[in-house]
Amino acid sequence: MSNINNEELIAFVETMPAFPKSVQKVMQLTADVNASAKDIVRVIESDPIMTIKILKVINSAFYGLPQKITSIQRAVVHIGLNTIKNLALSIAAIGMLNPNNKAGFNTQDFLLHSLTTAALSRILAERLDVAKTESSDFFVAGLLHDFGKIVFAEFYPTTFKLALEKSSEQQLPLHESELEFIGITHAQAGRLMAEKWELGSDLIDAIDHHHNSNKNSLLKDCVYAANQISKKMQFGFAGDPVVEEFTETSFPRFGLSLDNLIAELGDLSVVKSESLSFINS
Amino acid sequence: MKFKFWGVRGSIATPGENTVKYGGNTTCIEIRTDNNDLIILDAGTGIHLLGQELLAQLPITAHIFITHTHWDHIQGLPFFSPIFIAGNHLKIYGGLDPVTNEGIERALGVQLQYSYFPIREAELNATIEYNTIKPGETISIGSAKITPILLSHPVLNFGYRIDCDGQSLFFTGDYEPIFNIYQKDDPEYDEYQAFLDEKQNEISAAMKDVDALVIDSSYTAEEYISKKGWGHGSYDSAINHANLANAKKLYLTHHEPTRTDTQLEQIHQELLINNPNLNFEVVLAKEGIDINI
Repeated sequence: MSNINNEELIAFVETMPAFPKSVQKVMQLTADVNASAKDIVRVIESDPIMTIKILKVINSAFYGLPQKITSIQRAVVHIGLNTIKNLALSIAAIGMLNPNNKAGFNTQDFLLHSLTTAALSRILAERLDVAKTESSDFFVAGLLHDFGKIVFAEFYPTTFKLALEKSSEQQLPLHESELEFIGITHAQAGRLMAEKWELGSDLIDAIDHHHNSNKNSLLKDCVYAANQISKKMQFGFAGDPVVEEFTETSFPRFGLSLDNLIAELGDLSVVKSESLSFINS
Repeated sequence: MKFKFWGVRGSIATPGENTVKYGGNTTCIEIRTDNNDLIILDAGTGIHLLGQELLAQLPITAHIFITHTHWDHIQGLPFFSPIFIAGNHLKIYGGLDPVTNEGIERALGVQLQYSYFPIREAELNATIEYNTIKPGETISIGSAKITPILLSHPVLNFGYRIDCDGQSLFFTGDYEPIFNIYQKDDPEYDEYQAFLDEKQNEISAAMKDVDALVIDSSYTAEEYISKKGWGHGSYDSAINHANLANAKKLYLTHHEPTRTDTQLEQIHQELLINNPNLNFEVVLAKEGIDINI
């Protein structure tokens, strides 16, 4: 049984501030009349909190768009850069995410894990010859897959701390400990929010099932594998000590085991350094 | 269906000898269905004169569609005389602002505040109804069907297509055609371009085969270079849209505020010379003339 109240959770997230670096950058860029559009887009899409909040607005029924908007670029095309810029500014005005949450959850490491999973998910999609128009969807799904964790750390820090500690001590998958202490996993919490905000059904499913190697969808599979690669390579850390190893038969999408897939992808250090360059710049 | 421009000027009203021919009021278009239902697109300063004319026809029901809430498209609302007179019915339509989350009631509410206007909203005697509408959702008014579409501008902006009595008109409101924010060698360029192409197809479909295409064409190609991102189109982009949509007649509007009548006509002449084989007529929007489609 879940110990959390869904409505309360959604209301909490409305008030949740974004990551300090992106808040600073949005303030900077929106005060500069010559700031480039692509810099603004890059800041937003490097922050899971800003990204999900903007997708929430544009996917609301009020804009009745014929298809779900699953990337910030697409949002800019539909609703215009200035509106996206002002939405980002209104999110920035809420404040900055406190890096010292009571759960002891390291938000910088979380951000690095999210950004590298996003970049890897896009790389994997390209490997599967996904259409160019969809590749940013894969990035966003990777970016948002663990969104539930940052929400737990902010709003349910005491129980989330217990889950983090148990997983760490007993080397258990974090979602199992979350189930025990919070009654719901970060993936399920992510689903709840994404559903409430009417994000695309593929994105909702990818968030919900990102620990499930059997649930078959291209988007979910890329996020699933990207998540394992990011964990195995120790690009950041989002509280889950267990890498879900797979073989070419247990998870056939890429026809390779986790280790061979990593080997095939070549030098991945650039994925980490690019993500870090954003976090530290 | 017939229509009339009451305001053709962009940004700010520009009375004076240099604008007397085409007009200096900010945006307002009156549309009449064959049954005389009244549809008004935008409420710039041009709506004031329209209001004066309507005083002879009271009581009225007016359906006012706001493209967006920048001043030059709403500033005439508090000066639209029928709003003060009991028995009149005003229905104001427009989109939800994504940043403030406010419906179209903001268009009037923001102006009728103590510091800015002597009359409060509660003191208006006409019956006023606000309808916050969604893109793609068609509104029926008598024989007219009005469909909004999101068009790019620095604030939420609707273009409106009106199909009525077998004829059609499309008005862009303020609109700058979207462009790629990436450079050709950026990895994101192609994907972004594909999104733009998709959106352009959606826009062309919304304008498809219209009898009258009324487009924001503020700038010459040279001027546009330094005004990119300001939210307005050019004469060339207007021609391009009319071509893509297979429009029958193109009306250039939202005249740049410093543009004189002479300059407008000069630009118009050059445009015709540079585009000799158009399948449609190109005209400068001019205030005060009844146009039968």
